[in-house]
Amino acid sequence: MRSTNTQVSSAIHSTKAPALGPERPVAWPKRTFRTLSSGMQVVLAESRTFPKMSAQLFFRSGNALVAHSTPGLAGMTATVIRTGTASRNSRQIEEDLRRMGAELGLHSGADNSAISVSGLAEFAPQLLELMADLAQNASFPEDEFERERRQRFEEIRVERTSPGFLANERFRRVLFGEHPYAIIAPSEEQVASYRREQLEGFYHQHYVPADALLIIVGDFVADAMLDQVERIFGAWNAPHATTIKFPAPPSPSGRKVHLVHLPGSVQTQIILGNIGITRRDPDWYRVVLANSIYGGAFHSRLVLNIREQKGYTYSPRSGNNALREYGYFTVQAAVRNDVVAATLTEIFYEMDRMRSVSVTVEELESARSYLTGVFSLGVATQDGVLGQLSTVYLERLAEDYLETYRARVHELTAADVLVAARRHFDSKNAEIVVVGDRNQIAEQASLFGDVTEYTAQGYQVVSSGRK
Amino acid sequence: MKKLHIPVEHTKLANGLRVVASPDRSAPVVTAGVYYQIGFRLEPQGRSGFAHLFEHMMFQGSENAGKMEHIRLINSSGGVLNGTTNYDITNYFESVPSNALERVLWLEADRMRALKVDDENLRNQRDVVKEEVRVNVMNQPYGGFPWLDLPPVAFRNWPNAHNFYGDFADLDAATLSDVQNFFHTYYAPNNAVLVMIGDLDVSDAFKLAKRYFDDIPPGPPTPRADVSEPPQSEERRGGVQEKFGPLPALAIGYTLPKREMHDWYAMGILDHVLHGGRAGRVHRRLVLEEEIAVDADGSASIFDTNGPTQMVSRIFHKPEFTSEATIAAYDDVIRGVQGSPISEDELDPVKVKFRADYYSMLEGGMGSYMPRFGLMHYLACFTLFDGDPNRINTMLDGFLAVTPAEAQAAAQKYLVPNNRAILIRRPVSMEAAQ
Repeated sequence: MRSTNTQVSSAIHSTKAPALGPERPVAWPKRTFRTLSSGMQVVLAESRTFPKMSAQLFFRSGNALVAHSTPGLAGMTATVIRTGTASRNSRQIEEDLRRMGAELGLHSGADNSAISVSGLAEFAPQLLELMADLAQNASFPEDEFERERRQRFEEIRVERTSPGFLANERFRRVLFGEHPYAIIAPSEEQVASYRREQLEGFYHQHYVPADALLIIVGDFVADAMLDQVERIFGAWNAPHATTIKFPAPPSPSGRKVHLVHLPGSVQTQIILGNIGITRRDPDWYRVVLANSIYGGAFHSRLVLNIREQKGYTYSPRSGNNALREYGYFTVQAAVRNDVVAATLTEIFYEMDRMRSVSVTVEELESARSYLTGVFSLGVATQDGVLGQLSTVYLERLAEDYLETYRARVHELTAADVLVAARRHFDSKNAEIVVVGDRNQIAEQASLFGDVTEYTAQGYQVVSSGRK
Repeated sequence: MKKLHIPVEHTKLANGLRVVASPDRSAPVVTAGVYYQIGFRLEPQGRSGFAHLFEHMMFQGSENAGKMEHIRLINSSGGVLNGTTNYDITNYFESVPSNALERVLWLEADRMRALKVDDENLRNQRDVVKEEVRVNVMNQPYGGFPWLDLPPVAFRNWPNAHNFYGDFADLDAATLSDVQNFFHTYYAPNNAVLVMIGDLDVSDAFKLAKRYFDDIPPGPPTPRADVSEPPQSEERRGGVQEKFGPLPALAIGYTLPKREMHDWYAMGILDHVLHGGRAGRVHRRLVLEEEIAVDADGSASIFDTNGPTQMVSRIFHKPEFTSEATIAAYDDVIRGVQGSPISEDELDPVKVKFRADYYSMLEGGMGSYMPRFGLMHYLACFTLFDGDPNRINTMLDGFLAVTPAEAQAAAQKYLVPNNRAILIRRPVSMEAAQ
């Protein structure tokens, strides 16, 4: 055969995919870590991909802290910070940003609040000065607050028509019960009750250096940048924030179905899952690998089954979502209305298969390579590096997490995957949320457990005329 | 100002395939893609949505890599892959550890050479695409606003004005022979460019490209539909019902001058004066100052289109304001850029932001999971549309040179009623209340 090949080499092509070449090592940028006298932690990493920089200033307090008193207050605080400081009004802030070619984001999640900036590296000092101004001197102008509050009302009305939002909202509620992770967004009434002093109070209590982590990645020299950071943030001092203890989430028994009725839906949004683990759990690597084989990658069993074989859905996926105190495992798919029961059957079939039968060697090796490869793609962009560093330092992971991740994943076995699936894919106690038109999906959904029905406004339907 | 220089080399194989490489050894990662000069503008009449359905078929199997094999081979190499359908191009791309570059090229060559798909694959992907349309458009508040809503109002020529995601009847009518015909008509090496970026040696990369793509036979010259628009002499308006959302929404689109015309640069700058978040004039006025709108912003796809295209403002306004009142406030903003030249105090920062946005796009553009997606995208578009990937290093110059007088003149010429279309998306809930 070889001689034939040689003779017609210009007319043939290989029928087999070429083997992979030797891997080049991945070098994560060196980090400069410093704790300022105020307690503020600073992490710097040089990355000269483009003449830009990205920085994030995290505070380890978020909406979970206020979920039982004033839900969403941390989010509204973040929004209003942007609208004024002691020395800059709203318009000046926006124009200053544009002058530096910069974007600003203020965001508050369940566990953390963050001020994020990215812009041209040539304006780094001014950009950090603006960031420090927002972190220390926000003035919460009354009229800006009221305007943002009115905007928020309108956003809430739009949110409540989005199947994805409604599914997530209900899922987090049933999963977390009395734990504050149950609440992902406030109601209009709750937003109406916010007082300006409450926003200021949250800001002064929680936007404090003792609770802060600043990460900067970009085109700069770390030593010089550290001098700038010390100049800009060094004098900032404030007391520690207080923390509170949250009630535990409920322990479910048996599958339960929660139907959010969205009249006229031409599709059903499914989300199901269970309480999972945090990144600090010893099972984290195992469960990430198991998830990748189950439904976390394009080449996964769930995608192969309900998309590529059956055509029920466009983008099914599963995921391990890690918050600080708990994680949660989710499986999601938006499917046509007549295959809701069929899809749930396949989702649980694949989950049970992960729990009962070892994955093949080929699947194991493929998934390990996938995870380590995709992890390393992050090294090529400033935002990728920033994202990985924020995971390491916010979650207080080991200092060598980035450097050892690949080796840790490559050590995992099929037995690890089985253990993870059995422990963390809780098929028999899954909370199942379906968002769609009751008349088309209630009967199908009831095959999987007792159905509780809700309106799109979030109210439980007490008597829907069906049993 | 630090001037960016990106190394770019390009060549052309005997079969007409253009090959572009841009080395960057700073991380052991490669992003590569094949761009075909076919988009939804050129899909056949009676087959709306076909270019996109076809894109899905390109993942269903080629001569030596069966269904799911493309995905398995890339994922198990530690990489990610995707494809998108656009107005004038369809792209297929991968980001992988650099030791998988050769495998990527083998796969892309295999599916450029021959598509091996059957009726079952077509039925399957037709179902998948319908769920994609439902999740993105039919079952989503403001789904398809305004990218699907506005073109039928703005344009008169079918290639520019039809439903790009496709009517379900048209998707159902598509056959396997349509798939093969489309493949043979548009998916030839002479209608494509291969771009490779990252941890590679240029001469090695060119050798690999030759090894895998050289023996793919060229197709006949690719047909180019006439996408030109008849002259417009009136303001155009249309309406679409919003099934879920509670807010009325407006899209206002102005047709842009042709690529590379002098005014094209001025319009790119005007887009950044009017739009671009909270500093943009439209947002500042309608949302922050007058509180007519809940959100207002806009954009112009200037770099990656090669036919009639609009700069579009998108406004979600409060129900207590009428469409007419909202348009009147918007028109006042437009009169502002026509009536007096934009001051240097405003124009200089706009240019800084324009430059920063360009860099951000080149570095990422699709999130950090796909490094240099934007660089690949622009290199491919500049090669296919302008015949010169090196424009990546000079493209900014034209925009940064726009003067206040040029911006004002462009505003007077293009931001006029008989060059615009207005789409009103009106909530069903409001109609019921009337």
